[in-house]
Amino acid sequence: MEILLLLMLLPPLAGAALNGIFGRRFSHGLVSVIGCGSAGIAAIFAIAAALTSHLGPDTPPFVHGYFTWIQAGSFRTDFALYYDRLTLIMTLVVTVIGFLIHMYSRGYMEHEGGYYRFFCYLNLFLFMMLVLITAGSYPVMFVGWEGVGLCSYLLIGFYFPKKSASDAGKKAFIVTRIGDAGFTVGVALLFWTFGTVNFPELFPKVAALGLGDQQHTLTAACLLLFLGAVGKSAQLPLYVWLPDAMEGPTPVSALIHAATMVTAGVYMVARSNVLFVHAPEALKTVSAVGCITAFFAATIALCQNDLKRMLAYSTISQLGYMFTGCGVAVFSSGIFHLMTHACFKALLFLAAGSVMHAMSGELDMRIMGGLRHKMPTTFWTFLIATLAISGVPGFAGFFSKDGILAATYSGPLGSPWLYWLLTITAGLTAFYMFRGLFMTFCGKSRVPHDLEHHVHESSSKMTVPLMILAVFSIVAGYVGIPEVLGGSERFDHFLEPVFGSSQNLLASNGVAAAHTASELVLMIGSLTAAGVGILVAYWFYLRSPEIPEGLATAFSGAYRTLVNKYYVDEFYNWLIVQPVVVGSRKFLWQFVDTGVIDGAVNGSAEATADVGQVLRRIQSGNIRSYAAWVLLGAVGWLGYLLLR
Amino acid sequence: MTSVGSADFIRILPELVLSGFALLVMMLEPVTPAGKKTVLGWVSVVGVILAGLAAAAIAFFPGSAFSASISNDGYSVYLIELLLLIALLTLLGSMAYLERDAIDHGEYYALILMATAGGAFMVASTELIMVFIGLEISSISTYILAGYKRGELQSNESSVKYFLLGSFATAFFLYGIAFVYGLTGTTNLDVIRETLVNSPSSANPQLLWLAVILMFVGLAFKVSTAPFQIWTPDVYQGAPAPVTAYLSTAPKAAAFAVLVRLLIGSFGHVASAGPLIFWLLWISAVLTMCLGNLAALWQSNVKRLLAYSSIAHAGYILVGVTAGGAEGTSSVLFYLGGYALMNVGAFILVAHLAGADERRTDVEDFTGLAADRPGMAACLTVFMLSLAGFPSTVGFFAKFYVFRAAMHAHLTGLTVIALLNSVVSVYYYLRLVVAMYMGEGKTQVNEASIPRALGFAIAVSLIGIFFLGLFPSGLLSDLTSLHVPWL
Repeated sequence: MEILLLLMLLPPLAGAALNGIFGRRFSHGLVSVIGCGSAGIAAIFAIAAALTSHLGPDTPPFVHGYFTWIQAGSFRTDFALYYDRLTLIMTLVVTVIGFLIHMYSRGYMEHEGGYYRFFCYLNLFLFMMLVLITAGSYPVMFVGWEGVGLCSYLLIGFYFPKKSASDAGKKAFIVTRIGDAGFTVGVALLFWTFGTVNFPELFPKVAALGLGDQQHTLTAACLLLFLGAVGKSAQLPLYVWLPDAMEGPTPVSALIHAATMVTAGVYMVARSNVLFVHAPEALKTVSAVGCITAFFAATIALCQNDLKRMLAYSTISQLGYMFTGCGVAVFSSGIFHLMTHACFKALLFLAAGSVMHAMSGELDMRIMGGLRHKMPTTFWTFLIATLAISGVPGFAGFFSKDGILAATYSGPLGSPWLYWLLTITAGLTAFYMFRGLFMTFCGKSRVPHDLEHHVHESSSKMTVPLMILAVFSIVAGYVGIPEVLGGSERFDHFLEPVFGSSQNLLASNGVAAAHTASELVLMIGSLTAAGVGILVAYWFYLRSPEIPEGLATAFSGAYRTLVNKYYVDEFYNWLIVQPVVVGSRKFLWQFVDTGVIDGAVNGSAEATADVGQVLRRIQSGNIRSYAAWVLLGAVGWLGYLLLR
Repeated sequence: MTSVGSADFIRILPELVLSGFALLVMMLEPVTPAGKKTVLGWVSVVGVILAGLAAAAIAFFPGSAFSASISNDGYSVYLIELLLLIALLTLLGSMAYLERDAIDHGEYYALILMATAGGAFMVASTELIMVFIGLEISSISTYILAGYKRGELQSNESSVKYFLLGSFATAFFLYGIAFVYGLTGTTNLDVIRETLVNSPSSANPQLLWLAVILMFVGLAFKVSTAPFQIWTPDVYQGAPAPVTAYLSTAPKAAAFAVLVRLLIGSFGHVASAGPLIFWLLWISAVLTMCLGNLAALWQSNVKRLLAYSSIAHAGYILVGVTAGGAEGTSSVLFYLGGYALMNVGAFILVAHLAGADERRTDVEDFTGLAADRPGMAACLTVFMLSLAGFPSTVGFFAKFYVFRAAMHAHLTGLTVIALLNSVVSVYYYLRLVVAMYMGEGKTQVNEASIPRALGFAIAVSLIGIFFLGLFPSGLLSDLTSLHVPWL
């Protein structure tokens, strides 16, 4: 098993090294064989590990320490990997979807510069993501955590000569650093309290505590960890980097900023479930932040005209769903949605990339329309993904979203307002997704004439992954059919060994929500919302396109606020960025650096040089004065002898 | 008077070989046809090599000679070999230079041999009179060498200045010897040490310290410590560049050897002398380092820049002397070796690059050299980096050992000053490197490729610089375990 895990982890690293060092000299074919091959091998071994792990309901997680990584005083961390059913699901999601996106990238990046560099980063990302999800301790997880952050930075700024791209890279890096600082402090607090940060030692220690023991420490630690998740997974108030991250190549948006990296925060909260259930206040914060983010981002998505940015806000919104699921202590529902979302959101992005490819890089939906006839495969796959994300029965998103909605009502920490807000959000989601679909693919073509003749269906390199993901977007939901629909909730039961004890802890302490409602009723609520959303979108964008314009004029204040994303970026700019920039320029640069530091350095250099000037003048070239100097020196020494 | 035996002569074999070859060169000179004097250079090279073998051989006959006026020990053998190495590199670097500038006189080579023989006597001698004789032999030879370009005003000026000021300083040294003799009744350093250590009250301390200071002044002139460095820039600039290579290393090494024997070996053992000698060296070291480095900052002439740099290096070496003891002594000896390699290398290369009659010796003349002559620019860069003390060159370990010895002797203040000086020095060494690599090529180096003998000498220096820069501990441990009675 330990070998299998290594065989899964190392190929992407080797691929990154090969392409990074020698890639410049390799042909495109060889680069893609190395890049996709290593991702494929990782996927094969992830599947092999899943099949051979034989994790029964009662088997403890598989843990293997490969070598002692850090040893300092009482602090010791092995480079250890941790494999349980949660890891199993995550590795499958990451490697399989990662592999498909690698395959897709062969077509997408074909005509872009830096082909080898792209695959090097992508492989490195895959490795780091696998480290993150297989880590056996917080420090090792942090390596992956920072590693994926680095790759994200590199890939967002992939077109670095473009200023907006490199700025977006920096923004992503800096904003997530705020969260990472919280993460590190949280881990330090855990070590300080429990003397270990290795999962196999830490979790049992915490699990042994009663509810309420170490309440304050655990709440603080969990909130700090959650701050890390907020940064990484783009939740309020640190979500601002993700829309800008769309500057990166579209396969990157699909892999990193939709399917995998941004879900790392959700994974981390789920992985730390033992800690979080001992801090119910922290969990309530998680669900509140998640729920409000879901709604907030969905409202912004309503008025976006840029296809990828709309999807980015949609991602933020869906991540909010996952956090809400975790926050009401039904972690499996969050992970279930993570999995289905990875499939359909990756598909949406890749389809958007296919559109972008056809439209020569154009992403403004206002000048699209009618693409359905020219790009049938892209249209159909996009439609499937849209149905999935809108929660239409039969598609993956329906089951997972329904799981979360049910959990918000009847979960241990559930609360009706969470349900209602998320249900409204579900309606908004259906509306904006179908709005996007209609604007892009349906109706009359608004494509400018010079682009029109170029529009074409993408090559099979790109469409085959789309089709595979489309299949996933349908079937991925059937692993967790709810009981009311005659299913057996296999997904929840599968993760029972990971989350069960945490959920029982709350239940046995009477924290369970008093709200009980028939899941069927809740389901009808969300279905109604989705149906209304789809119908309104149809009405607005296919039947009477003049209505939205009329509304925009009638409610111009609200409309402008939404188009400008609530002016959050401007607010941050005013509150944080400008003061820091001005303070750095005026105080740190012009005063401290130029005035004090440079002044001291240059001043001492000038003083040194001045002394040198004086010394040079002593050298008159006159032999009598030289002799006088020798004499003066001798007399000086003799004077010293006499005076001492 | 004890009788003189064959052992006495064996123990001065290197000096005898050098003197013999010097005389041979002088005799061959008149019969050598004009334009063929380089042959005499090769004769001298043979002489130096034979002397080197002789020095290696006499290492197996340790002991004293000629009524204990010569001490043949590890200390003297190392220094003699070092002087011979300097002489060899200088000879190899001189031959093409003399041909180019049409200096058709074979005596040049004889004078180098003579000066080296004088230096060898200085480092091997334990008798003040003998030291003085060695000093005079070496000085007079170098006075002549400094003015060897008789047609050039600067060279003449250099020679006269060196001669007048040198004689002035030698007088101080001799005056000091007279005082020592008056106080102790002997001029033998070993006897002086024993007398002073066994009966400290036998000599009037004030007069004794007066004698120490007078002798120090004489030697300080030779090693050019502040404020006795005053002659150095003018003389180094005016003398032919290969002579400067020799002047800045061999007499300096010999004078340092005497200084160490005198101050650490003899008078340093007198308890009451401790503070005086300590502050004498401490203050000199600080003044010398600061003065050398600060003045070097403004130099636009490469030879003059290197002259100030050699003053600064004398200051670093003085730090090692101040540290004293076995560790200080071995660090000084290591430094002298490393310094010889890089300084001789730098000067003989500059001599070549300066072109006929040394017309191009300004830093500006070296602008863009790297584009024209990448190989030579690279070599000169290595010499500069080594002089600046960059790691992997001998310059780094030379400084490192000296500073380490100073730290072990609790000379924190002095070490800090030395380190700061070292930082300042990087500026002017790199100025030359920057000019060579970053300036636009305005030079026309019309010099043909490097002459073979010069190339060999530079290769030897470079190999030495890197070898000792990468594996310094072998030589250092040898130098630490010199079995000399006075340490």
